[in-house]
Amino acid sequence: MKNINIKDYSKYVDEKIPKTNYFKNSFRAFIVGGLICTLGQGITNYFNSIGLNNEEVSTVTAIILVFLGAFFTGLGLYDKLGKFAGGGSIVPITGFANSIVSPAMEYKKEGYVLGVSAKMFSIAGPVLVYGYGSAVIYGLLYFLFTK
Amino acid sequence: MDYLKAFIVGGLICIIGQILIDSTKLTSAHILVSFVTAGVILTAIGIYEPIVSFAGAGATVPLPGFGYSLAKGAVKAVKESGLIGVFTGGITATAGGVSGAIVFGYIMAIIFDPKTKS
Repeated sequence: MKNINIKDYSKYVDEKIPKTNYFKNSFRAFIVGGLICTLGQGITNYFNSIGLNNEEVSTVTAIILVFLGAFFTGLGLYDKLGKFAGGGSIVPITGFANSIVSPAMEYKKEGYVLGVSAKMFSIAGPVLVYGYGSAVIYGLLYFLFTK
Repeated sequence: MDYLKAFIVGGLICIIGQILIDSTKLTSAHILVSFVTAGVILTAIGIYEPIVSFAGAGATVPLPGFGYSLAKGAVKAVKESGLIGVFTGGITATAGGVSGAIVFGYIMAIIFDPKTKS
């Protein structure tokens, strides 16, 4: 074991890792992700029915789902769901809220500025950087080629 | 019917994420970043809009839907205010969700403590 090289070691690790059950994991992700989206559809339908316009509806839906994701992360239930559902709980916008609350709680003892507030963006930060970055690039291209 | 469409399409998008997690060494941060960016690109080339009109929340609730809002916001703002809109559009369209995530995220992190991992 002492003189094992990197290649052999990663092979050794690969052998030890339990085999991934793609079908089971995908099925769980499908069910949970699908249900979260169905919930989103219910919220959307409700706010459509009381006469909000499309943009308001999508904003309100996002805010409510983000609230739910943050709340259930705080309760410790979202991470339990995540163990079962994997991508089914990461990919919906509730997973974005989860990615904010988890590290923020974890680093609370480092203070409210450099702990909570800084760490809450450890995953959300990159998402915003690439999201807003690509939106600006797209906006710029649209501006240049439609004028 | 719209519930069924949302369920199936939303579930399928999550399967893509799950397969990426299982078959690559990407972390969830990489998945989130690439899904949002993919949402912007797919909207820009006109693929995501039809998926949204078909599946509703099934396409807007997963993170590519965040990219979709960003891209649509950028176009709308450029139409209204030109070059300034390039910089304001994406943020304006997603302000509610992001502010919500920051405020609720902060509050929940203050109220709750992490559960001990079993």
